[in-house]
Amino acid sequence: MSQASQSHDWTKPAAIAIPKEGFFTPERGRYGPVFPQTPANYGFSIIARVKPGREQAIREYGKTIEEAVKADPAVLAPLKLHYLRWLLFDIGSGLHFMYQGIFDTDFDKYVEDALVLFAQTGITTVFVNLEGWPEDWQANAPAVIQFFRDHQCPSFLEYGEYPYVSADEIKKALRVKDLFSQMLDQMQ
Amino acid sequence: MLELDDIQHFLMTRPHALAARYEFLSFRTPQSARIWLNGILDKVGTTRSVRAADEHDMRWVTVAFTWQGLLATGVEDSSLATFPDEFREGMAARAEILGDIGRNGPKHWIGELASNELHAILILFARDVEQRDRSVRDYEEFLAQCDGAERLSFLNLEAIPPYEYSHDHFGYRDRLSQCVVAGTDEVANPGSGPPLKAGEFFLGYPDEDGDGPRLPHPEILSRNGSYLAYRRLQEHVGTFRAFLEQHGKTREEQELIAAKLMGRWRSGAPLVLAPERDDPELGADPLRNNNFNYKTMDPHGYAVPLGSHIRRMNPRDTAVNMNRRRMIRRGGTYGPHLPEGAPEDGVERGIAAFIGCASLVRQFEFAQNVWVNDPKFHELDHERDPIIGTHDGTYQMTIPKRPVRRRLTGLPSFTTVRGGAYFFLPGIRALRFLASGARA
Repeated sequence: MSQASQSHDWTKPAAIAIPKEGFFTPERGRYGPVFPQTPANYGFSIIARVKPGREQAIREYGKTIEEAVKADPAVLAPLKLHYLRWLLFDIGSGLHFMYQGIFDTDFDKYVEDALVLFAQTGITTVFVNLEGWPEDWQANAPAVIQFFRDHQCPSFLEYGEYPYVSADEIKKALRVKDLFSQMLDQMQ
Repeated sequence: MLELDDIQHFLMTRPHALAARYEFLSFRTPQSARIWLNGILDKVGTTRSVRAADEHDMRWVTVAFTWQGLLATGVEDSSLATFPDEFREGMAARAEILGDIGRNGPKHWIGELASNELHAILILFARDVEQRDRSVRDYEEFLAQCDGAERLSFLNLEAIPPYEYSHDHFGYRDRLSQCVVAGTDEVANPGSGPPLKAGEFFLGYPDEDGDGPRLPHPEILSRNGSYLAYRRLQEHVGTFRAFLEQHGKTREEQELIAAKLMGRWRSGAPLVLAPERDDPELGADPLRNNNFNYKTMDPHGYAVPLGSHIRRMNPRDTAVNMNRRRMIRRGGTYGPHLPEGAPEDGVERGIAAFIGCASLVRQFEFAQNVWVNDPKFHELDHERDPIIGTHDGTYQMTIPKRPVRRRLTGLPSFTTVRGGAYFFLPGIRALRFLASGARA
């Protein structure tokens, strides 16, 4: 079995504590500092306040995504995701939306690709229900990326049971397992 | 409808030129910039005029400005602030994003290209060296009369033998994969993809995503304009040839290594279509030499390694949103040809190219940052573009092969960035606006 990375051993669970700013050494990315890959890969936690009266619209958007993936399981493939988690919560300072994503591309590329998805599917975005979302988002990609960066709450701890492994590598391994299993069945 | 009378010809036409000259300029005052521009305006070719001209009529020039240059011509601050951040900062300030570090870094750049004093570039293509030198003499006479307009540096470009086709100093055939702009009568070569909306390259038109981004103000300045990323890339021919000799015992093996680094044989024949041996006839045939994909024809990189140059610069059907990442490339070779078998002479030679696009951050910087220099591109491990990536001697290259892959380790730098800059290539109305000193 191939190693996930020459420099990382996937068999060895790893945790990493991250400084407040979200990175160890400042490294410039195209739209701002680069958030490093951790044992839990790339990702973000976007937290923004919901516009008054928009809770239901956001909840319904969960159904929209469910239907979109059902209709085309590859619809979100460009984002190289492992997992998405969308939450709504109010701990006394108004309703907030949290968008947690774990993926295998860098922050800026994820947001760029997500914007293209919004445009391609012809649907509006759940984010129009959030305070601070740029009105001209369709013609102003840099402003959207800035919104995501402004509302990103970097983790201070991330852990991976099988660290630094990409979703493609996991799928590859599972495919190999299936093939072996089929082969063994055939030999019965 | 594309305004071919207003768009400069540079990204739309490809003159039959064997020589060129890049002049890098600085203006002491807005007045000097305007005098210079007024004197040069009627030599700047539009797409329509250059297409209509005799192909040997090479008197057309191209003019583009840095953000500091727009400032120097007197464009107002409120207008300058509406240009994208990356253009305002300039290439040298964004070196880290591009991987221009170490000896590729701006502090080593030559020709004053990293300086805020770099304001404009004048590009002249010529049929041959003689015609170029004649035009340069005329230009020098003109420049001498423009008090306050100064030459910072220049670069002479000349084709190198064999002259029958375009190629770089390493010997790789060039200009094989060209994108075509929708709304023009150009026809894409098979495999080059469908025509792309004009907004991917020219401001003021719908792009592949919709109506296109907001234009910088005033519209007369930005409409029909493009951004250019200029790269002066030294090619270390001696290092390259020594590497091939080190890793290939026979001439055939060396050629195969060269092909694996690029993804094409030096003849231009793509490895996807000619995986075992070179096919120069295929390499020279524009109807066949670009007609391939990766997803179905070479998914694992047995022909074109996943990390090879052409696979990184144009992943074709194995990357998402490709239509948002395409660029138009122009440029040529500079420096003397190093004949086969001759020892490295230490003279600088390379390619000096422009990458044209509507968004430097989305197109050029993305390609540089994510495709060229991402060590994990296509799930690879510690690899970078073998030809133009940033190397420190530790990166490797995997060549998939049956039964066992081959791995080249300790790749040296085959190229070094000797300079670069971001320019805005305005339309003709915009040049007149700048030359007039009018305010929006």
